[in-house]
Amino acid sequence: MSKDQIIKSNFKTEEYFINMGPQHPATHGVLRLILTIDGEIIRNIEPDLGYIHRSIEKMCERDSYQQIVHLTDRMDYLSSHINNEAVCLVVEKGLEIEVPERVKVIRTIIAELTRIASHCLWWGVMGMDVGALTTYFYAFRDREMINDIFEETCGARLTMNYNIPGGLMFDIHPNFVKRVKDFITHFKTKIPEYDRLLTGNVIFQKRTKGIGILTKEDAISFGASGPVARASGVSCDIRKIHSYSAYDQVNFNEVLFTEGDSLSRYKVRIQELWESLSIIEQLIDNIPEGDIKVQTKAVIKLPKGEFYQRVETARGELGVYVNSTGTKNPYRLKFRSPGFSNLSVLNKIAKGYKIGDLVAIMSTIDIVVPDIDR
Amino acid sequence: MTNQEIQHIIASWSDKLEFTEEESEFLNVIVPKEELYTICEQLKANTDLKFDYLFCLTGIDWGSALGVIYHLESTTFRHNIVVKVKISDRENPIVDTVSDIWLTAEFHEMEVFDFFGIKFNNHPNLKRLFLPAEWEGYPLRKDYVDEVNMVIK
Amino acid sequence: MTKSIHDWLFSILPEGIASITEMVLIAVAYLALFAIAGLYLVLLERKVAAWFQLRLGPNRVGPFGIFQTMADALKLVSKELTSTDRVDKFLYNLAPYFVIVTALLAMTIFPFSKQLQAFDINIGMFFLLAISSIGVIGILVGGWASNNKYALIGAMRSGLQTISYELSVGLSILTMVLLTGSLQLSEIIEIQRTGGWLIWQGHIPAIIAFMIFMIAGTAETNRAPFDLVEAESELGAGFHTEYSGMKFAYFFLAEFINMFIIASIAVVLFFGGWLSPFGITEGITWFPEVFWFFIKVLLIIFLMMWFRWTFPRLRVDQLLTLEWKYLLPINLVNIVFMAIVIWLNWIL
Repeated sequence: MSKDQIIKSNFKTEEYFINMGPQHPATHGVLRLILTIDGEIIRNIEPDLGYIHRSIEKMCERDSYQQIVHLTDRMDYLSSHINNEAVCLVVEKGLEIEVPERVKVIRTIIAELTRIASHCLWWGVMGMDVGALTTYFYAFRDREMINDIFEETCGARLTMNYNIPGGLMFDIHPNFVKRVKDFITHFKTKIPEYDRLLTGNVIFQKRTKGIGILTKEDAISFGASGPVARASGVSCDIRKIHSYSAYDQVNFNEVLFTEGDSLSRYKVRIQELWESLSIIEQLIDNIPEGDIKVQTKAVIKLPKGEFYQRVETARGELGVYVNSTGTKNPYRLKFRSPGFSNLSVLNKIAKGYKIGDLVAIMSTIDIVVPDIDR
Repeated sequence: MTNQEIQHIIASWSDKLEFTEEESEFLNVIVPKEELYTICEQLKANTDLKFDYLFCLTGIDWGSALGVIYHLESTTFRHNIVVKVKISDRENPIVDTVSDIWLTAEFHEMEVFDFFGIKFNNHPNLKRLFLPAEWEGYPLRKDYVDEVNMVIK
Repeated sequence: MTKSIHDWLFSILPEGIASITEMVLIAVAYLALFAIAGLYLVLLERKVAAWFQLRLGPNRVGPFGIFQTMADALKLVSKELTSTDRVDKFLYNLAPYFVIVTALLAMTIFPFSKQLQAFDINIGMFFLLAISSIGVIGILVGGWASNNKYALIGAMRSGLQTISYELSVGLSILTMVLLTGSLQLSEIIEIQRTGGWLIWQGHIPAIIAFMIFMIAGTAETNRAPFDLVEAESELGAGFHTEYSGMKFAYFFLAEFINMFIIASIAVVLFFGGWLSPFGITEGITWFPEVFWFFIKVLLIIFLMMWFRWTFPRLRVDQLLTLEWKYLLPINLVNIVFMAIVIWLNWIL
């Protein structure tokens, strides 16, 4: 008898199910994963969604376009500004409005700040998921500065609702430019600190290098986007490919890695912090003067037809599909959320690894559950 | 590749396709549901088209018919196309799955099944994704009524 | 003072009862001491964590929050003990006691100063090793009896972790015992009075042994980066998922007492126990030697806290790789090296 047969005849082993979530620290919200486990090794992962499903798409069908903007904050709450922007852009596309340059630049700056804030939070949580608890507080220290900037300008820290179809709700606060510059100087000294604390750590490298490999073909086929796809070498940055707002005025690199493992997903986001800083730096000194909105009618009616707008949130590609019949409500509105497609990758890349790896892989995918459930 | 050229290539595959560019920024192809799978397969396999990225899959209720809309992009050529399929049978709507062509469709089709009740042939794991398994009706259909939970304006 | 109590007890009571009473008194004193020490280690950990994490830490209950853990303990004591219906009642209730009793038992033999030692047996080190491996039974039993899959995974991880790292702890202690030639703790310290601390006497092999001991000791206490047993981001709370109130507190306290034990062993074996550095308080009779012991222990505990708040967690297979492929071979070579050092009398 071979060694395997001896083991089989002497020990009876069984695969068993384990529920990871809906209440579990690693799922970052109410996501439930049904794991089939053989000892510590994961054989199958089946996500069970819907614990925070609010049917935003159905609500959109009864709301006016101005109201829809407010619902999008609650999807991917870490990229709330970018979600707002997506809806505003699609409405502007439908109405054929060209927003003033000032609006474009301000939108871009705030979107990049949002991206930094989101990546900061991700970095903190990533560290926590692999067991280094200190990262969380380092990241929150820096994220807090961004939130304070937002609070001063928009009055809200997370769900900002700063965009309206046609422009911005208010002008930026007089302190805005100064505080953003302060933040940039501060944060430039902090990213190397992040690297020293976590990136260079041997244990961290061992935990992530070569783990959860997503090939380029799979990344495209699974519709992965954002840092998850870029770590696999898929060029998918909507800011470059289908440029919107002021992204065509700035120079930045699309961060691409080819390994596709957890570590490269991690590195993409760290590099993106630098890119976002450089985008803000290029724009912050030359915010053009001008109006902050184009006056739209009180009741916005989109012409009959279909409109699609893609934006790059911190998690990847957010698409808004609007099918209008010419009334004040959309006939059908669909959000193509980045998290939903990125999550579908999980079963493919985490199979065969251990529970600890699954947690690390999940946090490199950077899931925000309301974004998946909508 | 321009939309005309794409249309030219696709039109040669079947004569039952309708093309339109009205009221949309993309080229739209309306495909009969029997031919959906073969058309989709060719859209991905054709070396001049290479539509390998399904970036959006939307279910829609047109009143008279249900439909599925596929937004496709080629990551090599960066051209887009929208494939639409109409299903006139509202009681028992069935269409072929494309989840083996684009893996992302597996989750999106589950979502469409959940909200529109469109069944996908050969789908590996078709079940309610967001709603509980015992939920009655399909909420995103226009004729769905729920007096308790829906606010109608 | 202990002498006068001893005399007084024997003068008023028959011999048998007097000695039993004396033992009980000592036990109660130790128990109180270590419950309080454990509580303050918790506070220290929270303060250290806060310091590492740019926070303030507990600062509301009492000055600088010194009564915070007292309040926490009071809360835990007064809490209802909840459990699920499907636990194995007997084992479930037994498990915390295994853990806490072995932790306290190990404390008894430490010489905190020349006079302050409850129990000076000649196989002290051996006793410590034996006792400290019982604690894991409590964890295994607790995880098993909870009837919870996460707890079970945690308990299994604990089993393999302790079995593996016990070897390294044992071997690194053995390396040092080669040098001392004695297992008795008080004697080990006496040796260091003349020749300098053992980490100095044993130079290279002793330093290697110390490093291995700290790694393995951290793993023994199930602390980060070896906290796979609890691994809050993976398993919720690991083996003590289903425990609440005082039973949870036992597990929690035991972790800190175990940390104290590991630090104490390190101090006795490598840093001269209650001996002052360079003999600076050697001649001062009124100076409490226990001060030096606790200072050294606290420094080592601080080191362990530093590990915890900086490092990410290892994965379960990496944990085993580290032990069986690196620490164990290094340790075995190190023992031989130490033997050669002693044989050729290269001791400093």
